[in-house]
Amino acid sequence: MKRALLWLPLAAFVLLFAVVASGLLKPNDHLVHSQMVGKQLPHFDLPAMVPGTPGLDTARLADGKPRLINVFASWCIPCMAESPQLMALKQQGAEIDAVAVRDTPQNIAAFLQRFGNPYTRIGDDRQSAFQLALGSSGVPETYVIDGKGRIVEQHIGDIRPEDVPDLLAALNKAAG
Amino acid sequence: MVGLRSPVIPGSFRGPLGRRSRRVRLMRIGGPRNKSGVTGWFLLVAVALFHAAPVLADTPLPPARLAYTQLPDPHQEAQAEALMQTLRCVVCQGQSIAQSDADMAGQMRAMVRERIARGEKPSAIRQWLIQRYGDYVSYDPPLSAVTAPLWLAPLVLLGLGAWIARASFKRRRRRQS
Repeated sequence: MKRALLWLPLAAFVLLFAVVASGLLKPNDHLVHSQMVGKQLPHFDLPAMVPGTPGLDTARLADGKPRLINVFASWCIPCMAESPQLMALKQQGAEIDAVAVRDTPQNIAAFLQRFGNPYTRIGDDRQSAFQLALGSSGVPETYVIDGKGRIVEQHIGDIRPEDVPDLLAALNKAAG
Repeated sequence: MVGLRSPVIPGSFRGPLGRRSRRVRLMRIGGPRNKSGVTGWFLLVAVALFHAAPVLADTPLPPARLAYTQLPDPHQEAQAEALMQTLRCVVCQGQSIAQSDADMAGQMRAMVRERIARGEKPSAIRQWLIQRYGDYVSYDPPLSAVTAPLWLAPLVLLGLGAWIARASFKRRRRRQS
């Protein structure tokens, strides 16, 4: 008994060392992942942001077609950086809807004119109510939604060129 | 979040202290030309700052009314305040939404106050946020397999302390008798 107890401090040290080492070696993940992935989209009804592009509501999403929902804003710089990738996704047949967070119609119209408009619909989320309901912690974020309005995947941050094939694959998978 | 960035030449403009030390060094190295060298640097920095287009990476919209306005009912405001102290701002992750000036924290405060004013229970609001952001959003971690060590460690340590105390008291008594 005494013999075994003698080793206890060393064992405690090894345990502490293992905890610290694993914390140091593990890549840091400061992203806040939405817990809504795998669940149904929350009910929402967002008015149109700019004339010519309709708004976004739950009813219009349940048409059996998988799509991307891009949470973006004209004041967000990574959103500008990802716009060529969104245009590429659109060209390759992806259906993309958008939620404009805390923005004005004028700014969004100018943004679309400058960077192109890959969106079928753009909902106006002026008070970030829908963003909070989605579990989104910033802009840009992109959600893959299946034909029944279920969230399949969340992409946090701007879409890089290397992310485009993954998102297309996720859309194809959601189509079943 | 991207903050304000302006092109600054590394090492040339770093607050009053850094600037002074740089100037002193320049004067020592440079001969008669040193004075114009310093002016040149300042001119360069001034021109750079003048032409810097500050990149505004924040919403042009004003914060929601309840983000910075207390509820009229002091009891409800106290409830909301207590809840906001224990909800994490998901943008500035080391702060609660009560402490943070981030736009999103303001929107979250407004949401908390609106719901409290509507008569919702603080625990229900916390639960609603946990469903969306996970336990991470709450500074009041629930008991689960992951957090169990956090809750149990004090009890285990207390037990260990009592055991050590008992053993040492026993030893002393034995020595005295």
